[in-house]
Formats: sequence, structure tokens, C-alpha cells
Amino acid sequence: MFKWSNMSWSARVGFCGLIFFVLFAYVGPFLSPYTAEEVVGDTWETPSSKMLIGADSLGRDLLTRLMYGTRFTIQLAGAATLISFTLGVMLGFTAAVVRGWPDQILSRSVDLLMSIPTLIFALVVLSVLPRDTIVLVLVTAVLDSTRVFRLSRAVALDIAVQDFVEAARLRGEGTRWIVLREILPNALSPLVAEFGLRFAFAMLFLSSLSFLGLGIQPPDADLGRMIKDNKEGIVYGIAAALYPGATIALLALSVNLLVDSILKRTSSLKGGRG
Amino acid sequence: MSDNELLLKIDNLRVEATTYPPGEPPKELVIVDDVSLTLNKGKVLGLIGESGAGKSTIGLTAMAYGRGGCRITGGQIWLKGRELLSMSHGGIRGVRGAEVAYVAQSAAAAFNPSHRLLAQVIETSLKRGMPRRQAEARAIELFRKLKLPNPETIGERYPHQVSGGQLQRAMTAMALCPKPDLIVFDEPTTALDVTTQIEVLAAIKDAIRDENTAALYITHDLAVVAQISDEIMVLRHGKLVEHGTTDQIINRPREDYTQRLVSVRKIQKVEAAEGAKPILEVRNITAAYANGLTVLKEVSLAVAPGHTLAIVGESGSGKSTLARVVTGLLPPSDGEIVFEGKTLPRALKDRSKEQLRILQMIYQMPDTAMNPRQTVESIIARPLQFYFGMHGAERKRRTVELLDQIEMGAKFLDRYPAELSGGQKQRVCIARALAAQPKLVICDEVTSALDPLVADEILKLLLRLQAETHVAYLFITHDLATVRAIADSIAVMFKGELVRYGGKTKVLSPPFDDYTDLLLSSVPEMQLGWLEQVLSKRRMAAAGN
Repeated sequence: MFKWSNMSWSARVGFCGLIFFVLFAYVGPFLSPYTAEEVVGDTWETPSSKMLIGADSLGRDLLTRLMYGTRFTIQLAGAATLISFTLGVMLGFTAAVVRGWPDQILSRSVDLLMSIPTLIFALVVLSVLPRDTIVLVLVTAVLDSTRVFRLSRAVALDIAVQDFVEAARLRGEGTRWIVLREILPNALSPLVAEFGLRFAFAMLFLSSLSFLGLGIQPPDADLGRMIKDNKEGIVYGIAAALYPGATIALLALSVNLLVDSILKRTSSLKGGRG
Repeated sequence: MSDNELLLKIDNLRVEATTYPPGEPPKELVIVDDVSLTLNKGKVLGLIGESGAGKSTIGLTAMAYGRGGCRITGGQIWLKGRELLSMSHGGIRGVRGAEVAYVAQSAAAAFNPSHRLLAQVIETSLKRGMPRRQAEARAIELFRKLKLPNPETIGERYPHQVSGGQLQRAMTAMALCPKPDLIVFDEPTTALDVTTQIEVLAAIKDAIRDENTAALYITHDLAVVAQISDEIMVLRHGKLVEHGTTDQIINRPREDYTQRLVSVRKIQKVEAAEGAKPILEVRNITAAYANGLTVLKEVSLAVAPGHTLAIVGESGSGKSTLARVVTGLLPPSDGEIVFEGKTLPRALKDRSKEQLRILQMIYQMPDTAMNPRQTVESIIARPLQFYFGMHGAERKRRTVELLDQIEMGAKFLDRYPAELSGGQKQRVCIARALAAQPKLVICDEVTSALDPLVADEILKLLLRLQAETHVAYLFITHDLATVRAIADSIAVMFKGELVRYGGKTKVLSPPFDDYTDLLLSSVPEMQLGWLEQVLSKRRMAAAGN
């Protein structure tokens, strides 16, 4: 699926960007002389050879914080997307294969969940539940899975009416086999594209929650939390909040560029099968 | 106007296309290779060949058009003394529609569903400056000529409000309306039932003779083209095989390939004697779809072990629904399905694994009947594992055995369906059905998506497998030649009811009921003048009443 010679230039840019951020988040901290919590300078100290992009609001090295922040964001968004896909795809496929009342119940519950604005719903839920990373990821995943459910149900409905699925039913195969062996392999390419897209959305969503103070709690910080912590500096002409902001933007852009090229090849659902 | 005036002349035509197989460098394909033809005013030239022969591509080049990535890379196309390929874009647009028109295979897909027929029929004429009143009068005159019912008002209908055969005739009217010199007919009757095909064929033939229009008639059915064309060109793999008058091609074919095409469908199964206790009995089945439409009314049939029961009828006769009822996909509202003396549960989910195993199905479209993401091995091996719990080496050995049985062999184990030809795909589907060691196989139009020579091979294979494994077939088809080839007994269905049922010789010999007579006499025969004979016979019969 990822072959350098087949990629468009935009996909290559996205791919390189993604590799860069992953290395930045996972290899970077080993190269940094500081830890994330260590206070090594003054509040919002200007960049120097000691601290390449300066210090944050408490005098911690901003570059090191940025590495850990990126790592948090990638991990949380990745986990949330993975869970939302497992949930959404399995339920969506099952609804499409089984039809009848299970489909009705699932689809209407999803409609119900989708009718409430996601961010507001998350704010309400998170203000009631304990402020815990796992809760945060689960809430994001469940809300996101409604979109995945819609897509995978639509894709599966298209595949489920094909003769080879009917042949499997006539053989007497169970729902499990039909979902995992007959439908999933044929729905893979649109789903992979959607995975990248949802990952970018989950990243933005988690960052917004952290920015509002409902996400990651101090002393840990993801990119959204870092913007919140440093946003006062902007008034004094200090760029500290812009670095995590730019990281979010570039990361989202890289993922989108890569996903676009996959989508382009699979925009027709049938083309993805061949 | 002289009839010998040259209209279209194609010299050394070469058409190429680029394909992009996934994961491989792009490949250049030659679609049409060095084909030349000439067509005089008012004459009909038949282009015939199997799929991939390049016949549609040649037809479209008469309008200087290349479909989906096809490039005309060599040759010249002369229409009325002008060379089309060297003309400007605007010049070619002036030719299309006005001087050369096109009739597509599927009229249902070619008409815009949200406009009335009349508006679409006269569209080109209006664009070419014909006054609306005159264009409408011409359209109505053409509707009458093409024997459409209510010619004055049928134009007010939308495409979905007329039948498939009527739509195909409306499309012919659309092509004829701007008085073109040449019409390209691309398989205009292939998607129609035989009883409808004969009407459309007769209407097209009369209309183009009256209008003195020349035509390129593209089809894969030699018997059809023999009725309508003056000359025939046989094509294969983009090359010309044989070109001659219709009489010469049909009665004295020179090339080996043409001889095989002419003699296709000459297999005849000798009807097996009745006697054995039936393996499948369908008793008084009535079935309806969720919208309340009754599609089967009190149908009763029986199939003996090792025998073939062919179910014949046109589209909408309920023959495929009957297959769905027998398999349990559509539980009947009334009646019984009895297999080897035991009543089968009506719904699929209530049937046991054993009951599912002994009844297998083969589909019309082998492309969609196999999971494109599974290899040939996993497709054939799954029933072995599912029904018999076979694993590892034993399963593989049996899979190869089945592949040998369908004359394909072990080298196909790792192939994906996309890497197989149409005939090979259908063979794999047959192997998958056989893997379950069924007692009855339902064959739903298994040869109608295949080229005639390939279809013949598949029928021979099915007959051989029947002799070897003593399996019974429930063979659903609209093609009477196939029925003659494979059936022991025949059931003729019309509008959900059984109109005639019995042994093959009995069903196919007179006295006939009206519908069977119509059906049998509508099957095109490979002889000149067949169409006229049938039509005059029918006219006499109608006058006699």
C-alpha cells in the first residue's frame, strides 16, 4: 500500500512529516539533556544555545516539553482512534450483515449520539467523570466511533449484497466469518483512509479538550495543554504558545496529505477491491 | 441516390490503450490491430466476435471516438470522403449525432431518467437546427415505424415507464431522428428477452431499410447478425479473422474460428429415462416479496437424482425467485420443499449444516460470486474445511483434485479471481460447489455472462461432472439452446406460473401452448431469412384468428 515510487509528491511530504514527528516524539527525549519537569531557566527565557526555543511559563525547556507533548498527543489520539475503529467497524459491519432490529437499535442510538454536538457532550461527560487519561481516551473513542459506524455500515451494506457473501450465507457461515473474512478484507482500503482522517480529528479534539482544561492534567502536558499553559505569553510578545500550535497544525497536515493519496486511489469503493 | 456510393472507409485502423495493473508498471495493449473495412450507403455490416475482440472499439472509431483511454494510433477513417482523424474537434462534433449516430447496449442506462422520451429523442435534431414542430413530427413518425404502442403519446413518458424493448426502440428512434447516414448499433438486443429481441430486431431492420441508413451492427450472436446484415466481419483479439457476405459466413465459413462459432451450441444431451424417486420436490410453492408482490404462484416441480431440470422463462418469470426459495433465501408464503423425502425448513437459518451441504449453488456472474481478496485455494478449500473438517495436507490434496476435475490444475492455487478469465472463474465456482459433494446444484444462468465458445466448454464440463458424480442440476436459463444441450426435463415459466412441464422431448415437441410456441419460435436460428419466415408465419396465424 505504501510504495515510495507510487506516491504523489504530496503523499511523500506527508509521509516524511509523519516520520519526522514520530522520531521527534520517541527518539528526541533521549537526545535532550533535560527532563520534562525539570526547571532549568527563567520564566519564558529567550532562546539560547542552552534552550534552543526558550523556556515555558515555569522555566522548563520548551523543546523537551514539546517532545513529550507530541508523544502524548500521538499516543492518546492513536489509542482513541484504534478503540473507536474496533468499536465502530465491528458494530457497523454486524449491523449491515444482520439487519433487522439489531441494526435499527444500533443505528438509532448512533443517530441519537450524533445529534448532540460532540465537544459539548464531551465537556459535560468529562466534568462528571474522574479526570483520568483512560476516561478521556474512552470518551473520545466512543464519540468518534459513531462516525466510523456510519461509514463502515455503508461500506459493508454495499459488499453484503454481493454474490460471494450470499454464497457464504448459503454455505451456512456465521456472522463472525462473514464480517471478518468476507467483508473486512474488501472494505480495508476505504477504512485505512478513514483511519488517518479520524486520527487527525481525534488529535485536534483531544488538544481542544486539554486547552479547555479537561484533558491531560499537570504536570503532564500534551500539545493542547502546552498552548493553555503558555497562552498568556502571547500578550508579552513571547512565542512559546505558537510552537505546540504549529506542531498540531503540521502533524494534522502530514496525516491529511498521506490520507488524501490513499483516498484518491480508493475514492470509488469498487476500485479499492480489484 | 446510388446504393453503391461509398460511405465509410476505415484503413489499417490501430487502437491502443494503456492499462494500470496495481503494483506494476503501466502496460500498453493493442485493442484493434490493422483492421480495414468499407461500407456503402444503405448497407449493414455486422461486426462479430467474443468479448475483447475490439468490435465495440471499431464501432466507436466510426465516430472518431475512443472510449476510456483508447487511443487511435494508426490508420485513417473516411466518412463521405472526409478523413475524420485529421478534422478539428468542432468538425468532428458536427459529424457525431448528425451523420453518425450510436445505439448503446443498455438503453436503460443510456437514457436520462429525469427527462421525457420525446425531449431526448429530438435533442440532437434541435441542436442541428431542425424546428421543434418538425422534429416532434419526425419522432412520432419514427415511433410508428418502429411499431411502438401509442406513437403519438409514448414520447410523453419517462424512461422507467416503458419496457426494456420499447426503450431500445426509442433509442433507435433517437439515433434515426437527425437522419444520419450511418448508425452504430452496439449489441442493441443482447440485454433483451428472446421474445422481445425478435420484435426489436424486426423493427430496427424495417426502420433502417425505410430510411436507407447504413449500419454497423455489433454483436456476439451470429444468429442475430445473420438476420440483419449484408456482410459480416468476424473479429478476434483485435484482428480480422474473416470477412464475407452473410451467406458465405453462415453457410461456407472458411476459417476454423468462424466454423466453431457457426457450429456452437450443437451439444445435445440424450434425455435420461424417468423412474428414480425424485431427490427434490417443490410442492405448491407460492412466494411473495416484502412489498406484497406475488412472484410465484402454486409451482410444483420434481428433480430426479442425476437428472437436470431446466427452468426456462424470460426476465420476470420468477425463475430466479424459485432458486431463492429452494435455497431458503426467500422463505415461501405457502408450499413445501421436500428433499429426499424430508421436508426442508423454509428459512435458511433453520436448516442444518447437512441440509445446506447437499444443496449448492452456482451464480450467473462469476466475478461477483467469489471474494476478490481470497485465492483460488482458499475459495475451494473453505467448503472442505467447513463441511468435512479437512485440514492441512489432506485439504490441499483434495483441492488440487477438484482443480484437476475442472481441468485447471495445481498451478492456479495461489491465483486471485482477478487473474482468471471469465471461463476459469466460472470453473472455480463449479469446483467450490462440488467441494461440498452436493446432491443437487442450482445453476442460475451460469453461462449467460460468458462468450459462446467458453459457455460451450462450461456446459460440457457440467455434463461430464454430472456423469461422474451423479449430481442433479436445477438449471435456470433464458437460453433455449442451453436447455437443449443439458436438460432431461424442462419447466417453462411465465409470470410466476408453470405453463409447461415435462420431459425434454415432450416439452419441445408440438402441440405447443401459445407461450411456449412464442418462446421457441423467437430463438434466432443461424440461417438467412429466418426472421422474415417467423414474422410472416406469425402474421398469417394472427390473420387466421
